[in-house]
Amino acid sequence: MAEVTLSSFIVLGVALFMLLNSAAIAVYAERRVAAFIQNRMGPNRVGPAGLLQPIADVLKLLLKEDVTPTEGNKFIHAVAPMIPVITALMTVAVIPFGEGLYATNINASVLYLLAVASLGVYGVTLAGWASNSKYSLLGGLRAAAQMISYELPLGMAVASVVIFVGSLRVVDIAAYQETWWFFFLNPLGAIIFIIAAFAESNRTPFDLVEAEQELVGGFHTEYSSMKFGMFFLAEYMHVVINSMLMTTFFFGAYHLPFAGYWLPELSPLVKGILDVSVFTIKTGFFMFLFIWVRWTIPRFKYNQVMKLGWSRLLPLSIANFIVIAAILFFIVN
Amino acid sequence: MIEIDWYLALSAVLFTIGLVGVLIRRNAIVIFMCVELMLNAVNLTLISFSSYHGDVTGQILVFFSLAVAAAEAVIGLAIILAIFRNNLSVDITKVNLLRW
Amino acid sequence: MDTFIFIFLAVLTIGSGLGMVLNRNTVNSALFLVLNMVSIAGIYLLLQAQFLALIQILVYAGAIMVLFLFVIMLLNLDDERSLFSKVRAKYISAFFLGVVTLSLILYSLEGVADLLPEISPEMETAGTVEALGDVLYTDYLFAFEMTAILLTAAVVGALMIAQYKKSNNGASE
Repeated sequence: MAEVTLSSFIVLGVALFMLLNSAAIAVYAERRVAAFIQNRMGPNRVGPAGLLQPIADVLKLLLKEDVTPTEGNKFIHAVAPMIPVITALMTVAVIPFGEGLYATNINASVLYLLAVASLGVYGVTLAGWASNSKYSLLGGLRAAAQMISYELPLGMAVASVVIFVGSLRVVDIAAYQETWWFFFLNPLGAIIFIIAAFAESNRTPFDLVEAEQELVGGFHTEYSSMKFGMFFLAEYMHVVINSMLMTTFFFGAYHLPFAGYWLPELSPLVKGILDVSVFTIKTGFFMFLFIWVRWTIPRFKYNQVMKLGWSRLLPLSIANFIVIAAILFFIVN
Repeated sequence: MIEIDWYLALSAVLFTIGLVGVLIRRNAIVIFMCVELMLNAVNLTLISFSSYHGDVTGQILVFFSLAVAAAEAVIGLAIILAIFRNNLSVDITKVNLLRW
Repeated sequence: MDTFIFIFLAVLTIGSGLGMVLNRNTVNSALFLVLNMVSIAGIYLLLQAQFLALIQILVYAGAIMVLFLFVIMLLNLDDERSLFSKVRAKYISAFFLGVVTLSLILYSLEGVADLLPEISPEMETAGTVEALGDVLYTDYLFAFEMTAILLTAAVVGALMIAQYKKSNNGASE
């Protein structure tokens, strides 16, 4: 078992702090990028260049009335918004932000990531059920079905990375990519992972949960005030988390491209700073990708989402896994 | 340290809860969940023996039992759906067409 | 420390188990069972079976229970009105059977008490993925393949049973 040391706590604390803040930054970035794409100004009144907008948003949410449906289940209605936030926060524990900069190194951390991700489904399902509203229920069921469906290609894509490394530790996977990122070794897996991650975090083009035309607000139709704020926070935290996971699994984690070939030996402090900044820049890029896609691509229909998941991505990811396994077994060994 | 007896006793209590649940409940879904609870109790026994003996075999058995539980859940829920479609209820006392 | 965690988890497990059996609302029952599964996973961690703890959450809490919730919400069941409203012979006999079973098991445990006081030191390595994989893909390979076939059969069977058939007179395609 991995020892819990003081540095684990420090890394965990800093990472959680950064994650919570990055969700706020993501909200701001979403608005500004959306404005940029649609050729308008975006929020620019609160603070310099609108930078205090997230704080204003939170204040507004806190001051709203907290409505609970009378016929719904009040306890579950109150608990449901916390679940996605908690699962998002739990994910940070195993992600390496630099060489040796991780909170824990448990020996099946990839499985831990998948297990925690699979618990996130409860948030949307229960929110939909506890509201006692047909829009919420349909939205919740859709979200749950979608998340379950896309967990399989996601898992297979991760598995196709794991067989390269031969270890289920995320730290080992990150360290393996020092020279070659998995994006270059396993491009199909990377693409599948990105698509599945979009679907997992319920973002456009897969944001059927909140398809306004059909379902009003999806599972959070009956949510207001800070309970809605929790869902909002959770959505952006999942954007950040999924960006981190894409970076970690396929885009070299904290390594510069082909760093093994040209990067000289650095002192631990310089290396640490470099690692963390590289990781942050990559994560930022994928957050931008999430926002970019949202304001560019229209939403799928529900049957199209299911078809894409089950009859395109899943067979493709299994085939990709088998081919990679065969290549590794017969040619490399 | 905790001796193995405590784990086994916990498993026994869980098993009994599941058993009594199967006997007293009429909702087919809850009965099914009680069966899952009993399976879990048995898994707990297997794992506690496995780790007090330091032998992997018990864990392998649990792995298979998890797979069987998954298969069982899928089939069982499909059957419950079929029952509901015929009876508009999942009350097992109403599933009595073949009773003499 | 371990003892306190064990007591906490054991109370949580038993409490959620009872909650599941005694709750009239099916969704609440299912959620109690989820809590039960997660606390059992915690007990697996105490037993140093890390891989199975994760698998327990991934398979039971993450997949099987979601399926249960799904079906419950799909059927949209009402609460059971009379869980214990009238005293029936059935309840009493079930209760006595439960007591008898529990005391039998506990009595048989009495005979083997104090034989295994401590978690084996080999568990440091035996609970990991590597150790399990080594045994699973060598000694138990055949059983593993059979499990794969079983799961496939289960999926196909479930589809066959649950598939909604439209009326027989030509309307179905």
